[in-house]
Amino acid sequence: MASRPGRRVAIVAGLRTPFVKAGTSFKDLSALELGKQVVAELVQRAEIPARAIDQIVFGTVIPSVQLPNIAREVGLAAGLPKNVDAYSVVRACATSLQAMTSAADAIALGEIDLAVVGGAEAMSDVPITYSRPVAQAVLAASRGRSLVEKLQAFQHVSAKDLLPVPPAIAEYSTGLSMGESAEKMAKENGISREAQDTWAHRSHFLAAQAWESGSFRHEVMRVLTGKDFDVVVAEDNIVRKDSKLESYGKLKPVFDKKYGSITAGNSSPLTDGASALVICAEERARELGLRPLGFLRAYAYAAVDPSWQLLQAPAFSAPRALKRAGMKLSDIDLVEMHEAFAAQVLSNLQAWSSKKFADEHLGGAEPIGDVPDDKLNPRGGSIALGHPFAATGARLVHQALRELDERNKNTALVSVCAAGGLGAACILERT
Amino acid sequence: MSVLRIETGPDGVALVLYDVPGEAVNTLRHGFQEEFEAAFGRLAEDSAVKAILLASAKPDSFVAGADIEMLSRIKTAAEASALARGGQQAMQRLEDAGKRKPVVVAIHGAALGGGLELALACTYRIASDDRRTQLGQPEVQLGLIPGAGGTQRLPHLIGIAQALDLILTGKSVRAQKARKLGLVDEVVPKAILLEVARRRARELAAGELRIERGKVELKLPKLLRTEVLQQIALEDNPVGRKILFQQARKALLEKTRGHYPAPERALEAIRIGTEKGPEEGYRAEANFFGELVVSDVSRRLVEIFFATQALKKDTGVDDPSARPRKVEKVAMLGAGLMGAGIAYVTADAGIPVRLKDKDDAALGRGLKQIAGILDERARRKRLSPREREEKLALLTVTTDYSGIRNADVVIEAVFEDLSTKHAVVREVEREAPNAIFASNTSSIPIGLIAEAASRPQNVVGMHFFSPVHKMPLLEVIRGRSTGAEAVATVVALGKRIGKTVIVVNDGPGFYTSRILAPYVNEAAFIFNDGAAVEDIDRALVDFGFPVGPMQLLDEVGIDVGSKVAHIMHEAFGARLAPPAGFEKLVESGRLGRKSKKGFYLYGESKEKEVDRTVYELTAQGQKRSSPTTGEIAERCVLQMVNEAAHCLGEGILRSARDGDVGAVFGLGWPPFRGGPFRYADSLGAAQVVERLRRYQEKFGVRFTPAPKLVQLAGSGGKFHQADVVKTR
Repeated sequence: MASRPGRRVAIVAGLRTPFVKAGTSFKDLSALELGKQVVAELVQRAEIPARAIDQIVFGTVIPSVQLPNIAREVGLAAGLPKNVDAYSVVRACATSLQAMTSAADAIALGEIDLAVVGGAEAMSDVPITYSRPVAQAVLAASRGRSLVEKLQAFQHVSAKDLLPVPPAIAEYSTGLSMGESAEKMAKENGISREAQDTWAHRSHFLAAQAWESGSFRHEVMRVLTGKDFDVVVAEDNIVRKDSKLESYGKLKPVFDKKYGSITAGNSSPLTDGASALVICAEERARELGLRPLGFLRAYAYAAVDPSWQLLQAPAFSAPRALKRAGMKLSDIDLVEMHEAFAAQVLSNLQAWSSKKFADEHLGGAEPIGDVPDDKLNPRGGSIALGHPFAATGARLVHQALRELDERNKNTALVSVCAAGGLGAACILERT
Repeated sequence: MSVLRIETGPDGVALVLYDVPGEAVNTLRHGFQEEFEAAFGRLAEDSAVKAILLASAKPDSFVAGADIEMLSRIKTAAEASALARGGQQAMQRLEDAGKRKPVVVAIHGAALGGGLELALACTYRIASDDRRTQLGQPEVQLGLIPGAGGTQRLPHLIGIAQALDLILTGKSVRAQKARKLGLVDEVVPKAILLEVARRRARELAAGELRIERGKVELKLPKLLRTEVLQQIALEDNPVGRKILFQQARKALLEKTRGHYPAPERALEAIRIGTEKGPEEGYRAEANFFGELVVSDVSRRLVEIFFATQALKKDTGVDDPSARPRKVEKVAMLGAGLMGAGIAYVTADAGIPVRLKDKDDAALGRGLKQIAGILDERARRKRLSPREREEKLALLTVTTDYSGIRNADVVIEAVFEDLSTKHAVVREVEREAPNAIFASNTSSIPIGLIAEAASRPQNVVGMHFFSPVHKMPLLEVIRGRSTGAEAVATVVALGKRIGKTVIVVNDGPGFYTSRILAPYVNEAAFIFNDGAAVEDIDRALVDFGFPVGPMQLLDEVGIDVGSKVAHIMHEAFGARLAPPAGFEKLVESGRLGRKSKKGFYLYGESKEKEVDRTVYELTAQGQKRSSPTTGEIAERCVLQMVNEAAHCLGEGILRSARDGDVGAVFGLGWPPFRGGPFRYADSLGAAQVVERLRRYQEKFGVRFTPAPKLVQLAGSGGKFHQADVVKTR
């Protein structure tokens, strides 16, 4: 059995806030505030002494200008000891996976023993910037010595420059939005509208079922918010409790109105939320009397040309991670796949199974194969649960380990596609 | 023993370091005067010395004031006046030296009392911007006034109104505020304090730096702020000054009710100095200082100060091998008024708190209360927004026992009911088997609560007072089977969260609730017999309590008072029987402030007004006739003193000292009367017993003198053996 070099890394605790539609329950909270809440609560629930924490690795995808190193601010704001080292990472939708694997490597190497990792996203609180002419004028004005000089700086700014610029969820290199890229993938991979809507319905149906049965009780904290702490946010609010397949068909395509198939219903929505994990060296868990939820067996990242199929990199990262783990897909008891779009999920799965894809792209290796339906996203996915970019990876890891525990099974594959043509995969095991 | 070290540098600056050998902080003590006069006299003459730089050699304190033990040993007013005059002369020598060559003082850490007076006598004051740098004249807090020129130099430097604000209240200010007041000339980071101070000394000597002190902006402190005052430039003309002093005296008397002579004397010394010149001013200051040092009020305040100092060093256990556990996490069960208050003070001390209650709504209310206190502090700029966040982040909430297993101490403030407490004890033993279990009960004996425990050695009482963040006392209760480790741990925790901690043995009402019961009972008897509510309250406020017993009942809750009264009655029999009629109040829905119906009206009006309908519940109805103020106060106070003597005699209290501190900091016993035991000592036990017996004849068993009092009356002994409690 292949194993990672160095010390074995245990995941000992995890937690997330409810994931809520942007502009709803968390509209007054920043990524820092959400991150702080989840980290403070996680550390308490994990019942680890605060002094045992060596490092916090944290991220947010849409950064705030005020918080260039959000990990440090989250650590300080959450009341962790001030000597806990901190750095931030960004890997688009795989940000908190990156946080976990970076810290895991440091643990494996013996640099640190225990880390808090995670990510937070506040789409309700994105920084709105000004156009370049305005920004340049403001800077010039700040250098001006007199009022006249200060005012002169603005003489070339036109009225339309004054419109604020929201951050685009578009690829910088291709100029295509995420949805447009998904449209492209649906068409090129022949993913039908019906197949997408069926997947979206599955996601909501299973997520609602999981909430109903209490599966999330150990994974989701309640957040008391509002000026008087009298607003209790206890559940994800995107999950449709009465999802009906027919209703998905009624939605109009968003990105390609004429030939398109991507709708608001079969995509993951803009979401606010945060999640975090406590990971540590196996022997450290033993010393602290902690019962690991599971272990990180292997991970891999991959990248593809963004102008090809932006969200198809998991077709490369998953085989790579399995190879590093010395495992086949058939050894895996559970697959948790991030659902940016139903079209992306179905494209990724199709590529995993396809001999043609393997021949063309993986040098003729055997395709890793099909994922049985009952082993795939059994509690739904990001389409229903929501997708706070930086928080999704840690959610998937914790959720996978809890689900394995419920099923009394051992191994899981977590797969995440990310903007920029990136893909991430990690293999977890409970024993 | 030398307290000054002098090093003259090649730049002609003589660095004078103040360093009292063998002490952590500098104080002004016997002999400093001669050494100062000699040193500054010599430096003034020495032609190699161009400038003088005065600083403290202690790491984080400048000079904390006069040595209080030295003052407490003084027997006569003349002796104390002479000491003050010596101090004045030393400061004068310093000021005179400054007329020949500049004397710069570098202040880091506390410059209080004599320490500030020392700085005031220098030419140029420069302070570090550190939080620990505090400047003030706190003498009035010990019943004294500045005695080394402070009442003269301070008004001269910062103006009369601002000087009055500092001297009459005893408050201290940080460096930035001090600079705004003109109290210091410059504020710099601590790391470069000495360097900049030395440079300023050179510049002043070379005539490169001229000291220009602008007129202090006339912004009257709160104490004196009235519309009339703001319209006239008070200090610039004799008429204005006269009004200023009159107003200040009036405001002062309203506050002290004549119980505290020190601020009045300080005001007088300042007035004399401004009206008749410094010579008269200094003379008045020294005379008043002398008179105050040997006054009863100051003696009592100093004793209380020493008692709290001694308690800071008291581990609370007699077994020296008992060590407190390290506390890294506290769990607080119950997020009500008390629970949230305890959670707040704990988080404020930097300790993570896990707050548990039955539902999110209760937790939300607790968080709101805590955030409210933090917001208020942030608004007053006592906390930065960042600090506010940090403190709030130490608080997490839960409705189950998650995150409680690794708590070192679990404090409960759940409903005051034995079976509820028992259920909580069992739950905590199951969920956090190693934790120390502290009950914030105010009336249920710890021994009873511990009956449900399988590890009763871990069960202890922590009786906090409401509002927790304002009341300074913590009463720790040792039950029959409470272990020394548990006591030591919660005592250390209590000190860490800033409380003055006394340890008492178990019994109904412990100490504070117990001595309060007969005091409140007596007030209720007096009320029942026909006295007016306002007469009862006024009598005790005149005695020196912050509020009277009827108002106290309204605040605490008449139902709570009644419940405690019955517990005490059951435990101690007829002596503590409450008057009939308590129930009638409760039954009629009169619970005090919380039901907006009590002895007082709780409506729109800001003025406190008695709810006269309450009289219908007594036999006398609306026709009220009260005993004299003196009798009301005496009866209530004697009840408290007598019960305190019972507590000492029965071994509830470890010492009379603890009993005095408990009454002053927990119940608002007037500090200038020293506490029930100091008060009894000042009257003499025989006198106390005689008065009790007189009332006993009239009112019966409830005035039976405690055996301990009778014993002391017989032997002529005192509760406190020595006149002065030693701190070391």
